[in-house]
Amino acid sequence: MSDSCSLLHVLHEDEDDRHFEMGDYQGPTARWCSGCGDHSVLAAAQRLLTDEQLKPETTVFVSGIGCSSRFPHYMKTYGFHGIHGRALPVATGVKLTRPELDVFVVMGDGDCVSIGAAHWIHALRYNVDMVALLLDNNIYGLTKKQTSPTTPQGYKSNTQPRGSYLPAMNPLEATLGVTNASFVAQTAEWVPAHLFATLKAAHQHRGFSFVRILQRCPHFTPDMYSEAVKKPALVQVLTHPEGIRVEGLEQLYPNQVRHDPADIHAARELAEDASVIRLGLFFRDESRPRYEETRALGKHTAREKIDLLNEEFERYAV
Amino acid sequence: MKLPTVGVETPTDREVSVRRVTDISVEIVSDSGEGAQKCGQIFGSVSAKMGNGVWTVEIIPAEVEPPPRNPAGASGIRIRLGDREVTNWGDETDVAVAFNEQALLGRHRLNALAPNATILLESMWATHPDPSVRKQWEEAMEELSDREYRIIEVPMEEQCLTVVDNPRRGKNMFVLGLLSWIFDRDLERARDQIGHAFRGKKAEITERNVQLLELGYAWGAEHLDFRYEIGTLEASAPMVVMNGNEAVALGAVAAGLELAAMYPITPATSVSHMLGEVFERYGGVVHQAEDEIAAAGVAIGASYAGRCAFTITSGPGLALKTEFLGLAVMAEIPLVVVDVQRGGPSTGLPTKVEQSDLLAAMFGQPGDAPHVVLAPATIEECFHVMTTARRIAEALRTVVVVLSDANLATGVAPFPRPALSPEWQAAPPDQRPIPEGVKPYDWDPRTGVSRRFIPGQAGGEHTLTGLAHDERSKVAYDSAINERSSTMRSRKLLAFQHTLIAPEVNGDAGGGDLLVVGWGSTRGAIEEAVARARAQGMSVSSLHLTFLSPLPPGLKEIFGRFRKVMTVEINYSDKKGDPFVTDHNRRRGQLSWLLRATTLVDVDCWTRVLGEPLRPGRILQAIRENMPGGTR
Repeated sequence: MSDSCSLLHVLHEDEDDRHFEMGDYQGPTARWCSGCGDHSVLAAAQRLLTDEQLKPETTVFVSGIGCSSRFPHYMKTYGFHGIHGRALPVATGVKLTRPELDVFVVMGDGDCVSIGAAHWIHALRYNVDMVALLLDNNIYGLTKKQTSPTTPQGYKSNTQPRGSYLPAMNPLEATLGVTNASFVAQTAEWVPAHLFATLKAAHQHRGFSFVRILQRCPHFTPDMYSEAVKKPALVQVLTHPEGIRVEGLEQLYPNQVRHDPADIHAARELAEDASVIRLGLFFRDESRPRYEETRALGKHTAREKIDLLNEEFERYAV
Repeated sequence: MKLPTVGVETPTDREVSVRRVTDISVEIVSDSGEGAQKCGQIFGSVSAKMGNGVWTVEIIPAEVEPPPRNPAGASGIRIRLGDREVTNWGDETDVAVAFNEQALLGRHRLNALAPNATILLESMWATHPDPSVRKQWEEAMEELSDREYRIIEVPMEEQCLTVVDNPRRGKNMFVLGLLSWIFDRDLERARDQIGHAFRGKKAEITERNVQLLELGYAWGAEHLDFRYEIGTLEASAPMVVMNGNEAVALGAVAAGLELAAMYPITPATSVSHMLGEVFERYGGVVHQAEDEIAAAGVAIGASYAGRCAFTITSGPGLALKTEFLGLAVMAEIPLVVVDVQRGGPSTGLPTKVEQSDLLAAMFGQPGDAPHVVLAPATIEECFHVMTTARRIAEALRTVVVVLSDANLATGVAPFPRPALSPEWQAAPPDQRPIPEGVKPYDWDPRTGVSRRFIPGQAGGEHTLTGLAHDERSKVAYDSAINERSSTMRSRKLLAFQHTLIAPEVNGDAGGGDLLVVGWGSTRGAIEEAVARARAQGMSVSSLHLTFLSPLPPGLKEIFGRFRKVMTVEINYSDKKGDPFVTDHNRRRGQLSWLLRATTLVDVDCWTRVLGEPLRPGRILQAIRENMPGGTR
C-alpha cells in the first residue's frame, strides 16, 4: 500500500505544474530587530527560490544558533534549527544521503567562524553541493554584544570592554586557503541587487558555495559599515564575464576591478587586502570533486542486500 | 642447551601424555607487531570450526609499538576452548606461549597464568649476545620461579629463520603450528584460515605462512611431550564465528542502516574498518567525519532526511556527542549510537574493558532527555541489537544508545548463523504528501508518539528546532508547552516500557539468598560463577538486564524474593570498610545506583576496574563473600 502511494506521488511529481509565488516561501513575520541585515538576506533568499521555482518540500534550510539561525523559521520550506556551530555537519548528512534536495545553510559569524570553525574548514573540503551563507555582523547579537572572531581589533564589547584584543579573522582568506574550496564570494546586505545575484550564482554552482554577507547589527554594530554605505567608493566590485554580474551596478559603485574567478592566487591577494571592501566572486572551480558524488549511497534493494550479506556470512561460517 | 635457571627445561626424549580436558585457556603473548593476535584468531576460528566452544579476547597495549621486551607492552590474545559453549574468557591461562620472557612477566604480574601453567617460551633471549638481555632473562626466571609453572624453551627464532629472513613476521605462524599439534587441530582448516587472513596479498606470503605452520607442527611433534584432547559439541544449527565489532557492523547492514558516521576511536574503530571493507558493497557509506561531534551531526542530518544512520564511538567520543544527542531527543530525530565502552574517565584505559558509561549514556545530556539505552550481552546480541535499535529509534523518534564494550568488541565466539530477512531492512524514506492538518509533533496523548515528517513530503514543510516547541514545531513562548512536550517525550519511554517483559531469573525464579544482577558483556562470566556457586550448594541466582533505559518491569517484585540483591559490574565503587566509606556516602556501581533509585531496594554491588573482563572465579569468590548470613 505504502509503496504504491509513494509511486503515485512520484508520478504526480513528474507532471508537477505548480507555480510558486514569493508568498509560497514566506513563513511567519521575522522577529529580528528592525534594521537587521538578516531581513535583506531573507528577502533575497525568498526571491531566489521564487526565481528558481524550487519546490518548498524539497528545499531544506539548515542553521545553527544565533539571531541569523532563526532564518529557517521564517521560510515555508523544510528547516533544521539545530545547535550552535553545527549546521554544516547536519547539512552534510542531509545532502550526502538525499542529493536530490536543495540545501541552504545559514550561519552567523560566531556560529561558523568560531564554535563551528572545524566544520567550516572541512565542509569546504568535502565540497558538498549546497549554499552556505555566513551572515557576518562582526558580533554576537543574540547573547548581547560579545566579541566574535570577525570583530575588528579595538572594537568594544561586553566581553572585551577595552576593545577586541586580536586582529579580526578574515573569513575569505581562511576559506580561500582550504584545499578543494570551489566557490567563494562576498556580498553586502545593503546592496540588495548584488546580494540576490550572489545567492543566485551560489545556488547555480555545483559544489559548496560559500558566501560571506557583510551585515550591520542595528543594536551592537550599527556603524560597522556606515562609511562604506555612505561612500560607495570604499566598496570595490569584482567584475568578470564569469563572475557575478549585476546590471547597472557600475552606476552606484563605479569602483570596479576585473577579476577572473578561476585565478586562485589573485583571489587570495584580493581577499588579503583590507584597504577596501570587495564584493563579488573571488573564486569558482566547478571541476573540484564533490563528496556526495564520490560517496553516494548505493541503490540496492533489501533483497539484494540480504543476499550479499548471506554471501558475507560464508566467510564467518563455522 | 644449557639451562640458565631453575624451572626451565628444554625438550628431551619423551613419552607423549594426552590430557583430556573439558575447558582450557591458552594465551599467546609477544611484543606488539609480532602477530600474536592473528595467530590466536586463526587458532580460535579453527577450533570453532572443529566444534569447540570458543571465546577469544585480545590483550592490547595502548601504544601501536610500545618498547619491545617490556612487561607493560605485552600484546597478545587469550583463547578459551570448551567442549560446550564458552561465554567468557575464564579465569587463568593453562597454556601460554611467550615470544619473550618480559611479555610473559607482564602476564605473570597480572595473575593471568594458572599456578601450574605450561609455558612455551622463545629460548633465544637466554643466550642473547647482549648481556643486559641475558640478565633480564635471569631475573625474570627468578621472579617466575615462585609458581609451579612448567616452562619449556622453544627455539622459535632459530626455527623460523629456516623459512623466513625476518622471524618477527613468522613466529606467529610457527606458534600456530605448535598449538595445532598440541591441540590436534585440523591443519587443512588452519591452511584455509591462513589463506583467508592473507587474502589480497601475494600467493607466496600465504605459502610461506603455511610452511611456518607446518614447521611448528613438526617441531611440536618431534619435541613436546604433552597434548590436549578436548571434546566437541554437536552444533544443532549452522554457526558463524566473529568478534563483537564485526557483529555490530554486519548487524548494521542487516538492519538496513545506510550511513555510519564516525571518527576514529579505540575500541570502536574496527567496526568502521569492517564497514569500510564491506559496507559499500551493500550501498552503505562510512563517513569519517572531522570530529566526533560532526559524526553525530552527519548521522542526525541523514536521519532527518529519512535515511537510516548511526554513529559509533567510545566514552570520550560519547562525551563530545552529548549536545547533539540532546538535540535528537528534543527534536525527535531517530538516531542509533553505538558506544563501545573502554576504561575511563577521560582517555582512561583506551584498549581495556569497562562498563562505566552507563549513567553518562542515560543522563549525559543536560536537561531532561529521555531516550533508550540497551546493552548486548553476547556477540550474537551485538549482531541482532542493531536491528532492534534502529526499529526502536524510528518507532519512538528518539535516540537509542547501544552499550557494547571492549570485551565484546574484541571477543570472538561462534553463534548460530542468523536467518536474515529483508524485513529487517528499513523502508525507503516516506515521500507521501502529509495530509492537511497533521502537525510535525502531533503527539498521541496515549503514547507520546507522533508522525515523523521527512523532507520531500509535500505539505509537511516546517522547521525542526532544538528550542522548546509546540505541535507545529513553533518556538514555544508559553511555559505550559514546555511542560507538555517534556511529558510527551517521557511518555514515549513509558509506553515503550509497557511493551517490555520482565527479565528471566537464571537459577531459582522463586527466590533465594542472593540475586546477582548484571548488564552487558558480563553475562557469561556471571552465569558461569552462579552455576559453580549453585553446584557448591549456594542459594544464588542471577538476572541480566538488556534494557537499562527504560528498565524492564517486574524488577522490584523479583528483588523482593531474594534476601539480598547485588550487582556485579566492571565499573568503580567504593569498597565497604575503606576509609570514610559509610553506607550513606558510598559511591556505588552504576547499575546499583540506578536500581536503588528506581526500586528503593537496598541493592549492593561488587565491582572491579582492573582493565580486564571479570573472571568467573573471582565473581564466585564475591558471591561467597556476599552470601547473606554466610554460605550454607
